[in-house]
Amino acid sequence: MATEFHNLQELRHSASLANKVFIQRDYSEGTTCKFQTKFPSELESRIERTLFEDTVKTLNNYYAEAEKIGGQSYLEGCLACATAYLIFLCMETRYEKVLKKIAKYIQEQNEKIYAPRGLLITDPIERGMRVIEISIYEDRGSSGSSSGSSSVSGSTAR
Amino acid sequence: MSAVMITRKVRKWEKLPGKNTFCCDGRVMMARQKGVFYLTLFLITGTCALFFAFECPYLAVHLCPAIPVFAVLLFLFVMAMLLRTSFSDPGVLPRALPEEATFIEMEIEAANGNVPAGQRPPPRIRNVQINNQIVKLKYCYTCKIFRPPRASHCSICDNCVDRFDHHCPWVGNCVGKRNYRYFYLFTLSLSLLTIYIFTFDIVHVVMRSMNGGFLNTLKETPGTVLEVLVCFFTLWSVVGLTGFHTYLISLNQTTNEDIKGSWSGKNRGQNPYSHKNIIKNCCEVLCGPTYPSVLDRRGLLQEDTLISSSNPVPQTTKTTAPLIPNEHTPDDAKPSIAASAEKSPSPKEEHPAATKVPPLASPETDAETSIAKERAH
Repeated sequence: MATEFHNLQELRHSASLANKVFIQRDYSEGTTCKFQTKFPSELESRIERTLFEDTVKTLNNYYAEAEKIGGQSYLEGCLACATAYLIFLCMETRYEKVLKKIAKYIQEQNEKIYAPRGLLITDPIERGMRVIEISIYEDRGSSGSSSGSSSVSGSTAR
Repeated sequence: MSAVMITRKVRKWEKLPGKNTFCCDGRVMMARQKGVFYLTLFLITGTCALFFAFECPYLAVHLCPAIPVFAVLLFLFVMAMLLRTSFSDPGVLPRALPEEATFIEMEIEAANGNVPAGQRPPPRIRNVQINNQIVKLKYCYTCKIFRPPRASHCSICDNCVDRFDHHCPWVGNCVGKRNYRYFYLFTLSLSLLTIYIFTFDIVHVVMRSMNGGFLNTLKETPGTVLEVLVCFFTLWSVVGLTGFHTYLISLNQTTNEDIKGSWSGKNRGQNPYSHKNIIKNCCEVLCGPTYPSVLDRRGLLQEDTLISSSNPVPQTTKTTAPLIPNEHTPDDAKPSIAASAEKSPSPKEEHPAATKVPPLASPETDAETSIAKERAH
């Protein structure tokens, strides 16, 4: 099994960054924000494929919800136009509300699934919505470590 | 011998690359050359001021008091749209951080395989299929990213902008995904304002001339001549521009694509972004979601400045990842994400190729654009 970490705090104290994987955007359906669900080879020994795909699919669903063009977006657009867009000074847009949900979801996924496996997901908005950056950490104590190694370190923090 | 490290908090906008100017501590974002924008402001406010001073008192009394009221509302709407277009982030794509740039370089080199020595490597293009249409994504050598579809690099602002329409000197900013609808509403409302002022100028002159004669009227309200002149020239340009953008919106195209001829001529009818329905296209552009800015301009960074007693000139060593929370990261993850970014070993050790310029690299994108332009004409 990959080196284990108790939580995000211990990830910080006892691990060093080994590598980063970038999940690219999927443009097959146009310019709407969607990420590829292809499982990168660097993560093969670190996390189960289904967990990774679930995370990316849920993120894609969140972004689709934010960018959906329908009744609610028309209403928001027309109301905002009628007030010369001044209403956005006091009201949060639907996209911003969904972004907050996404940030919470990513933090939750990091805490529950990714940090215990020595991985960390960066919110795509911090990378210009171009990529999902997944940082791969190695336990500092393990010797001769290369990214994706499956040796169990004796000094895992608990 | 002794050195003092002084840390100071700076806002992220101070460290952003590109040729933008920022005001109000990062809240306002514009291009560098603002002269024409000030001219626009002057023309609009000047003409409206003359209208309110000379025409409105007469028209309010002799025709209808609603005329100046409507003019005020229209003027305020025009100004709001102009300022919104000029001051907002058009959809700038941030440049790739060193690790992402290296990752992309490695992918490109793997895709190219072995290039024989002396031969130019193939142009950096990625093909994606969008709605059964092959679209080429070009690599931006300045931003070190493959540009998303419809994005383009603005040489004036030195940024890649998403859904790049054009750089408008009249508003002093690029027009892109985030501010296109404000730009369109600005041109539309300005057309209406110009037509409104022009019409009521004529009405006013006619009404007054019937009582006192034409020359007397011009003597009493000299501002009218100026207004009519400005409105006449503005009409042709702004109304034409509004018409052009209405046409673009109905086809879901950008000015950039129209100039390059991406979806016209032999490619007509193949625009993969169009819904093939004028109403749907208009709704998407004008009533679509309001995209957030991905440039966190007002987030805080920590800058370390080293001041040694022997050398009084301060040397800025590094700017670390945000230790102060910004609006996008949730509270609990911030310390860990920031700390993990700090933990990354010096880039010199891990990625020696991070700052290396690829051999025979050239901004072929500009060459390709000019070739496409020549082909379109």
